[in-house]
Amino acid sequence: MHVTRGFTGRPRVLDPGLPPGQYDAGDDWPVLSAEVTPDLAPADWSFRVDGLVAEPHTWDWEAAHALPASGYEGDIHCVTGWSKFGVRFGGVSLDCFLALVRPHVSATHAVAYSHTGYSTNLPLADLTGGRAWITWEYDGTPLAPEHGGPARLVVPHLYFWKSAKWIAGLTLLDHDEPGFWEGNGYHARGNPWEEQRYSGD
Amino acid sequence: MTETFAPRTRFAVPGRIAVGDQAASVWRTATLTEVRRETPRAATFRLAVPHWAGHLPGQHLMLRLTADDGYVAQRHYSIASAPDGSGHIELTLDHIEGGEVSGWFHTVARPGDTVEVRGPLSGFFAWPGDRPALLIGAGSGVVPLMSMVRHQRARGLAVSLRLLVSARRPEELIYARELGAETTAVFTRSAPQGVPVGRLAAAHMAPLLAEQPPGGWEAYVCGSNGFAEHASRLLVAAGQPVDRIRIERFG
Repeated sequence: MHVTRGFTGRPRVLDPGLPPGQYDAGDDWPVLSAEVTPDLAPADWSFRVDGLVAEPHTWDWEAAHALPASGYEGDIHCVTGWSKFGVRFGGVSLDCFLALVRPHVSATHAVAYSHTGYSTNLPLADLTGGRAWITWEYDGTPLAPEHGGPARLVVPHLYFWKSAKWIAGLTLLDHDEPGFWEGNGYHARGNPWEEQRYSGD
Repeated sequence: MTETFAPRTRFAVPGRIAVGDQAASVWRTATLTEVRRETPRAATFRLAVPHWAGHLPGQHLMLRLTADDGYVAQRHYSIASAPDGSGHIELTLDHIEGGEVSGWFHTVARPGDTVEVRGPLSGFFAWPGDRPALLIGAGSGVVPLMSMVRHQRARGLAVSLRLLVSARRPEELIYARELGAETTAVFTRSAPQGVPVGRLAAAHMAPLLAEQPPGGWEAYVCGSNGFAEHASRLLVAAGQPVDRIRIERFG
């Protein structure tokens, strides 16, 4: 431990929900996209799942909304250091989409990609079992464009760069393939509880 | 299936800038060697970093402070200095109200103090000096852009570079004395005599995009999210391709 002379820091809050190295952003929800926020209307949005699946499929806005509604209520954690508690996302569980395309047994990973061309890689196991959603509502209102609206992926148990904004699709693979930030030195999995921020963590 | 994945999408994210894959995972103990005031709110902190791997202009680092009970605060900061092989780097930090890290720097830190850093990080917002660059920043968003300006001057690079910087008032313009002919400053609250007061607008963008250098501009935008949204929309409206706009937002 390298103690910084004279540094005391914020009052200590013992919060078991706060992963190591994170702070509570409170009411703030910083925006950190690296690209121009796209002008994407719900009518132009689509979501495709392909790759190692029995039946590749593309949903448009209405077809996606016809699936059983589901949502996430809990915490999110950004690699830049903030965490946000008690957020509410509404949409559809990714399990519903995957059940319809039937992943091949050889599928182990996925690349999630955006309508901007942004991409991020995830183990398939992190996207199944009620742990990932395609969402279009935040706190009961339509998801704002700068936060990924009309629809974004939400994988809240990993750092939030994995939760691709303006989600366009998921390609299932039999190997791991680095996405946008992962190719820029970020960790392949990004588990906040193990502080997997950068490659080598 | 072993081919490299490339999404087929309508928009495009700018490509990665090739940077070295140095051991950014190693925390290094850096020693503060100098503090320079820039504006009433911002100061520059010069750090000696042993075995610093070098950086590209625009890259950032992660910095952490540790209290004696083990409490740790870490932040990402852009590097202000150009890569110069001196073993030193400079950070310019705003004094954020209630900020535990910037507060320490501005009220406690003095030469000889040590902090921990790791980096350089990310190859996305980097400028290797190989392409014409249009830099647009507001407030302390000018910090990574200044690293690029300094790099161009230090190396005598012939490649075109323009800086459009927004500040509230002349006295809040960071690096004011260092800015040269490449820079246009925009003031949003008060301005020197003869300079209009107002927000960054299409009229500031137009002359810069009219003088397209060979190969076109690579645009770098840095500032608050509100500024980044505003500036990137102006760029797109002025005809700058979206896949040649790189954005770094505070947060």
